[in-house]
Amino acid sequence: MSEHGVIASIRNVGHWTTNAVLRLGIATRFFTLTLLHSGTSFRRPRLIVRELYFSGVLSLIIILVSGLFVGMVLGFQGFHTLQTYGSESALGVLVALSLVRELGPVVAGLLFASRAGSAMTAEIGLMKATEQLSAMEMMAVDPIARVVAPRFWAGVISMPLLAAMFSAMGVFGGYLVGVVLIGVDEGSFWSQMQSAVDFREDILNGVIKSFVFGIAITWIALFEGYDAPPTAEGVSGATTRTVVTSSLVILGLDFILTSFMFRGQ
Amino acid sequence: MATDHLVEISDVSYSYGRGRPVLTEINMTIPRGKVVAIMGISGSGKTTLLRLIGGVLKPTRGQVRVDGRITHELDIEELYQLRRRMGLLFQFGALFTDLSIFDNVAFQMREHTDLPESMIRDLVMMKLQAVGLRGAHRMMPSELSGGMARRAALARAVALDPMLIMYDEPFTGLDPISLGVIANLVRRLNDALGATSIVVTHDVQEALDIVDYVYYLSEGVMVAHGTPEEIRAAQDPRVHQFVWGEMDGPVAFRYPSRNFGEEVGLV
Repeated sequence: MSEHGVIASIRNVGHWTTNAVLRLGIATRFFTLTLLHSGTSFRRPRLIVRELYFSGVLSLIIILVSGLFVGMVLGFQGFHTLQTYGSESALGVLVALSLVRELGPVVAGLLFASRAGSAMTAEIGLMKATEQLSAMEMMAVDPIARVVAPRFWAGVISMPLLAAMFSAMGVFGGYLVGVVLIGVDEGSFWSQMQSAVDFREDILNGVIKSFVFGIAITWIALFEGYDAPPTAEGVSGATTRTVVTSSLVILGLDFILTSFMFRGQ
Repeated sequence: MATDHLVEISDVSYSYGRGRPVLTEINMTIPRGKVVAIMGISGSGKTTLLRLIGGVLKPTRGQVRVDGRITHELDIEELYQLRRRMGLLFQFGALFTDLSIFDNVAFQMREHTDLPESMIRDLVMMKLQAVGLRGAHRMMPSELSGGMARRAALARAVALDPMLIMYDEPFTGLDPISLGVIANLVRRLNDALGATSIVVTHDVQEALDIVDYVYYLSEGVMVAHGTPEEIRAAQDPRVHQFVWGEMDGPVAFRYPSRNFGEEVGLV
């Protein structure tokens, strides 16, 4: 590589880093403003309820169906592995812990980012492109308070509920395959699950994870929409960035949270 | 203290970042109760001027005074208080696409007043009646034609009986009937509400028929102003070319380029 090429590469890395830090700063300011302007959402809960329908209720189908299939696959794979050690009766524990600790929050988070996150970005990006946000501002209505904050809180509330439903549906899928289809003893399936799954260590930690993921996904989705260039290309790029960034952030955060929650166990 | 002029623009210059100036030393007064047009070709700084009046932008130099208050000195609460008394019709309406026409018009009433829903309904119907869309109040913005959407947005802009109504290119992309309807509404609503109106436009004939006074901008500089008759008779070549839609004049038809012969390899 020539000297000019090396300099150009270093310049590109510097440019990319500066932009990334600048964007993170703008996104943090946006997040802070969202929290500061959340009063309207709590004074008028109907605004949040409306958004709960769009981000939560409309995501239910994909969450429940995916949860069922993931649980069924876990049932098959778990039984196959446990059979080798003669521990088929622990299938319920394996299915429940996998779902509650990891797969529930993570897969539900990835699905939520793809379904609700992308929709939020596209909606806000288009509102910006069609001057609806500017119109709101000219009507002395703060778009952060009226549009962004209710969506943020709806996302934060939806995500743990969706993750819980994903896990519940997954356990049902594992039951269908393990007990109904393969014939694992029903009593040991449920009783071992009940005795092995700890509320604080497993369920509460899973809820905390999904809550954190909910904050991250909704923040990214709303910021990308609000910051999108007001063109068709700008909105489509922002929507793609929401799904990619959210997915990477979920996986990264999952590693960090897991390392804190289950250390020394 | 109230003066005869609702909007006073004094020595205002504006540029985006460190770029070339968009507006240079603009002076302008908008008298109360009048309909005033700001004209000029695309890119002459008209919309920027409207944004300065609305307090969306801060001037690089000079000041914009609306109802006696300097807009860039107001904090956000004071600015919002002022904006509640302004209405802005955006170029393509900017209706909220997730709300019905009724809810669009009711939006500001619900956000800024404690009026009971029955009274809001009556007020919204009055506004929609004024723009001829009372029968369409249940429709969604996506179901309206361009002209109807513009009228619905106009009803929304005047929902709280503003003292100042601003129109950003209200005639763009309309068929002749819709265009005539909107032009008449601009004048009638201004007189009926006792408001003051600023129409930013490059549609010459429609604007000159309804306004009281015209300011003409060229490349961010005010080059002419006067009554519609004075503008029609203006001798300034930039205004003359604009008013009469001439191809040749100070505004060149061709974008600067190298010699055509060289371009096609003949020279």
